[in-house]
Amino acid sequence: MDHSSENLRRTPLYALHLELGGKMVPFAGYELPVQYPAGILKEHLHTRAQAGLFDVSHMGQAMLSGSDPAAALERLTPADVKGLKEGQQRYALLLNQQGGIKDDFMVSRLSGEATVHLVVNGATKEGDFAYIEERLTGVANLTPHPDRALLALQGPAAGAVLARHAPDSERLVFMDTARMKVAGAPAIVSRSGYTGEDGFEISIEAADAEHVARALLGEPEVLPIGLGARDSLRLEAGLCLYGHDLNEDIDPVTAALTWSIGKRRRETRDFPAAARILDLLANGPREKRVGIRPEGRAPAREGADIADKSGRIIGRVTSGGFGPSANAPVAMGYVETAFAREGTEIDLMVRGKALPARVASMPFVPHRYKRS
Amino acid sequence: MSDTRYTDQHEWVRIDGDTATVGITKFATGQLGDVVYVELPEIGRKVGQGGEIAVVESVKAASEVYAPIGGEVSETNPALHDDPSKINADPEGEGWFFKLRLTNKAEADKLMTEAQYAEFTKSL
Repeated sequence: MDHSSENLRRTPLYALHLELGGKMVPFAGYELPVQYPAGILKEHLHTRAQAGLFDVSHMGQAMLSGSDPAAALERLTPADVKGLKEGQQRYALLLNQQGGIKDDFMVSRLSGEATVHLVVNGATKEGDFAYIEERLTGVANLTPHPDRALLALQGPAAGAVLARHAPDSERLVFMDTARMKVAGAPAIVSRSGYTGEDGFEISIEAADAEHVARALLGEPEVLPIGLGARDSLRLEAGLCLYGHDLNEDIDPVTAALTWSIGKRRRETRDFPAAARILDLLANGPREKRVGIRPEGRAPAREGADIADKSGRIIGRVTSGGFGPSANAPVAMGYVETAFAREGTEIDLMVRGKALPARVASMPFVPHRYKRS
Repeated sequence: MSDTRYTDQHEWVRIDGDTATVGITKFATGQLGDVVYVELPEIGRKVGQGGEIAVVESVKAASEVYAPIGGEVSETNPALHDDPSKINADPEGEGWFFKLRLTNKAEADKLMTEAQYAEFTKSL
């Protein structure tokens, strides 16, 4: 045991993970299961075939209150938060004052409630919350909810499974959110996730977490899924992992996340570094995030250099591995904009060898969200 | 009679006359998880004992494989390219990696026996 593990936190489901045979690893300051006995490959494929339950309680949940919390939050994100209707959720970027991505997060508004609900990344939550509090002093109040757990139920059977324990969940479509009871426990449920599949994220009190998890795991379609499959599922879905595909030196345009900049916000130009970001949007960034498909079977991992066909380094892989559903290696990374067009031939430098690859559209596996 | 020996890097080597068959142990596959790709050496490549000779990629990460014993690569397992899951299914049988023509059989004496290896993995 190394010394850092002594300070690791545990989620309310820690004992359940051990009982299920979870192989615990340090992640985002927590001890979390990288896999269960089924293994990453089976867990991944099972999620796409039926349903998987993920413990994402390490993520940071908070409520933002005040006279107009949506307007306040817009000081720190280019997303259209004010335009968010009650009962809706949206993906947003938290920007530092230079326009770099401090985090990516989900923001939602619940029906009949004046507050907005935030879910930020586990590894960045303390910094995010401190930044939000500091920047919004006197404008809005942030209340973190470390006492809440978060479960994700993902996969084509997720809708049928959750309906047995929360009949109200049936009326939600992709990016809807509502309060309801799940297996008798008061919950905030959103129809969203990090796999590209239909599914839900379920926020509950820590004290109810094990009861709700056991109820869902008791359904024949549901297997527990660890961090390993969570990563391969999100990569196939083309979704970014903060700290790998996104960081404070990368702006929303370079990250190819311009769709998260609200239309109205492009007119009002009132988010951090708006002038710089809108200039990049108009004139093009130097580098761009792209999908990559290696041509052989060998995966290229995070950190691999990307070269053009003359051998000049033009970028780097930020996430890469084997996509079990794509049945092929998949990756994402940043390349100079001239090489960002789909189909462009590139080389990935793996163990000193040039691995031929092509820039590819994402997602690698089609999204199957429930849109209506 | 063939003799199987083990390294502290979790390779096994089965020596049969002048030929050694090499793979990774069941313990190694348990640590690696599902193998999705293996990079095998070219036929004819010469390697010293402990030299890097192959790479195994699981869903989690890439790991080096070291030659348990010195020699020249005489054969690689053709089945692994299309179905690397054989390494998980039968690591010490059908999941073998490559064969070496031995240069110095005595190098095997530095390796662990099955009983020593079992003892070694218990201590990890």
